[in-house]
Amino acid sequence: METATKAENIKEMNNTGETLSGAEILVRSLIQEGVDTMFGYIGGAIMPVYDALYDYQKELKHYMSRHEQGATHSAQAYARLTKKPGVCFTTSGPGATNLLTGLADAYLDSTPMVVITGQVPSGLLGSDAFQETNMVGLSMPVTKWNFQITKVEEIAEVMAKAFYIARTGRPGPVLIDITKDAQVQKAEYKYERCKGIRSYQPVPKLNMDEILAAAELINSAKKPMILAGQGILLSGAEQELMEFAEKTQTPVACTLLGLSSFPTDHPLYVGMLGMHGNYGPNMNTNQCDVLIAIGMRFDDRVTGDTSKYAKQAKIVHIDIDRSEHNKNISVDVPVLADAKQALTELNKVVSGSEREEWMQSFKDYYQLEYEKVIEKQTHSSRERINMAEVIDCLSEKTNGEAVLCTDVGQHQMTSARYYKFKNPNTQVTSGGLGTMGFGMPAAIGAQIADPNATVVSVSGDGGFQMTIQELAVIRQYKLPVKSIVLNNSFLGMVRQWQDLFFEQRFSYTEMDNPDFVKIVEGYGIKAKRVSKREELQDAIQEMIDFPGAFFLEVVVETESNVLPMIAPGAAVSEMRLE
Amino acid sequence: MKEYTITVFSENNIGLLNEVTIVFSRRKINIESLTVSESEVKGVSRYTIVVFSDEKKIENVVRQLEKIIGVFKALYFKAEEIVHQEVALFKIANSPKLNGNLEALIRRQNAKILTVNPDFLVIERVGYKAENQELFNELEQYGVLQFARSGRVAVSCQKKEFTSYLKELSH
Repeated sequence: METATKAENIKEMNNTGETLSGAEILVRSLIQEGVDTMFGYIGGAIMPVYDALYDYQKELKHYMSRHEQGATHSAQAYARLTKKPGVCFTTSGPGATNLLTGLADAYLDSTPMVVITGQVPSGLLGSDAFQETNMVGLSMPVTKWNFQITKVEEIAEVMAKAFYIARTGRPGPVLIDITKDAQVQKAEYKYERCKGIRSYQPVPKLNMDEILAAAELINSAKKPMILAGQGILLSGAEQELMEFAEKTQTPVACTLLGLSSFPTDHPLYVGMLGMHGNYGPNMNTNQCDVLIAIGMRFDDRVTGDTSKYAKQAKIVHIDIDRSEHNKNISVDVPVLADAKQALTELNKVVSGSEREEWMQSFKDYYQLEYEKVIEKQTHSSRERINMAEVIDCLSEKTNGEAVLCTDVGQHQMTSARYYKFKNPNTQVTSGGLGTMGFGMPAAIGAQIADPNATVVSVSGDGGFQMTIQELAVIRQYKLPVKSIVLNNSFLGMVRQWQDLFFEQRFSYTEMDNPDFVKIVEGYGIKAKRVSKREELQDAIQEMIDFPGAFFLEVVVETESNVLPMIAPGAAVSEMRLE
Repeated sequence: MKEYTITVFSENNIGLLNEVTIVFSRRKINIESLTVSESEVKGVSRYTIVVFSDEKKIENVVRQLEKIIGVFKALYFKAEEIVHQEVALFKIANSPKLNGNLEALIRRQNAKILTVNPDFLVIERVGYKAENQELFNELEQYGVLQFARSGRVAVSCQKKEFTSYLKELSH
């Protein structure tokens, strides 16, 4: 009855002036911020908050992970799909330190999160108490903001600030550490959403001079090229990007995290950038005359050798984070703006006509890449299945409409290369941090965010074992997540580097793996293994058609390398096809 | 590598100093001196940070400092763009051997005696780091018990003052 009453009054729960415990104030703060889903793992120092959660099960659905790192990756994927901050709870000490990988991942990939860690009572701070770690100190380099709450009166205001900071501007993770005594103390509840912080300007004031300078360069370009990053997805500028590309007749290449911001079947789409991207956009980076980078940060995996990067081109760089301008690459026209805001203004003043010859150069490069790499990998004549065959088949069977969550390594690059994304925001991967073990817990979060979507996680045999315990979450909450493991019995990407750059000295990359099918079946999840090419299509079809969770292990070729590749330290135009 | 003076204006919050220094330490930039104190605006701290680095790196550092929530503004200056000083205190054992030479030295160096008691005297000098170092070298013959120097404090020559930045921010 208590729960029902609270649910009915949810709208009026704001300023009732009631006296509540810190734990309950925290929980109500989440509701006020529109949170209805969270991830976490209980423990001593956060028990009062979990006790309060017990009364709010209708309003707040909590998913219990099996390791705090898993909870963070699920929350990250949830955040990326819903564009709402992903929320995580954990206890102090080891529970909290287990979050650090997820925080670092979210920080590098600009994912909004509000993470709440319990802490020992304030009187014990600094005394090396049981399960005490300095989480504010530890998380400082990997969070957008953090704060330690030691008094109940601070909770509502700090929570409002946490959500405001996490979701505005360039999004990022926020950590709130809350001592156990603050959770049990009582105070009057009064919640006001944060409207601004005087030392923080999330949305820069658009400078029209910058827009006009950018437009002048763009309008005079003969061989322009767009580099579309995750900023397009974060600001929801997919339509504006399309309009911009079409108006200016500019080819669009995506960064890894920018994938799905532009439809892969659009005639102006020319592929992925970077170390394992497509040949054309990489080669033409050093041929174009104007490079228009939008919501991306010139990561070293995109630029290769920066001293040989697009030296012939004028560069326009649109980014919401001023510290990204001129950080890795010197640019000619920095535009400090949200991608959507900037593109909306640019679309009023740009134009362009068809660039047949320029587009043809991308087609020619693609043809070369097709002959040298793509055809050989998607129609392999080798005995074992190639990873590319699996992703190609998955793409076809899901019509490019699945939400694809990938781990880190060869399978990730293969997925990025061969999955033909149709809809925005349908790829979730660990880009900046390259976190092995990201994929499957991310798929959990993605499935919870979009229960009707076909969510597929693709992992390697290495990464899958780093967070394999999260299968229990799929089981417990009956999530229809499809998980694929591309098993080559190696840490494939590291093996590839050993093959190419370490004289084939395969130091500690071979794995003697367990029977994945048996393990997954132990979790009560339907599982299947295929190793023969003729079984692949049916197995993938069976996986997609299966009404619940499904695990598919595909035994793939060990010796295959992901190509083309820009060797570390090489220029983008030195990309090798073999 | 050149000397740069970085001025940061921030809220006076717990942990912000840590956030500020992380930006330097992750790039392996050593901080030569650091002074933090309340600025002309109540509740706003002013940091003066002296480092040796190259300009490109410092430009990036300053932008990353401004990204910290709680930081209002960060600026960097070359030596000629600021007026700066530091304070040095010298504690010297009092003894009958001290004579008129010490007094002359103090006058010549524009230093002053802050306190004298039977055991020791304390001399203060305000100036550039090298000047204070020079006085230290000269005082050594009298036996310097302690030599404490502050970090640099600096004001910039630029026309735009922090209060006008603050006004822009509060819009």
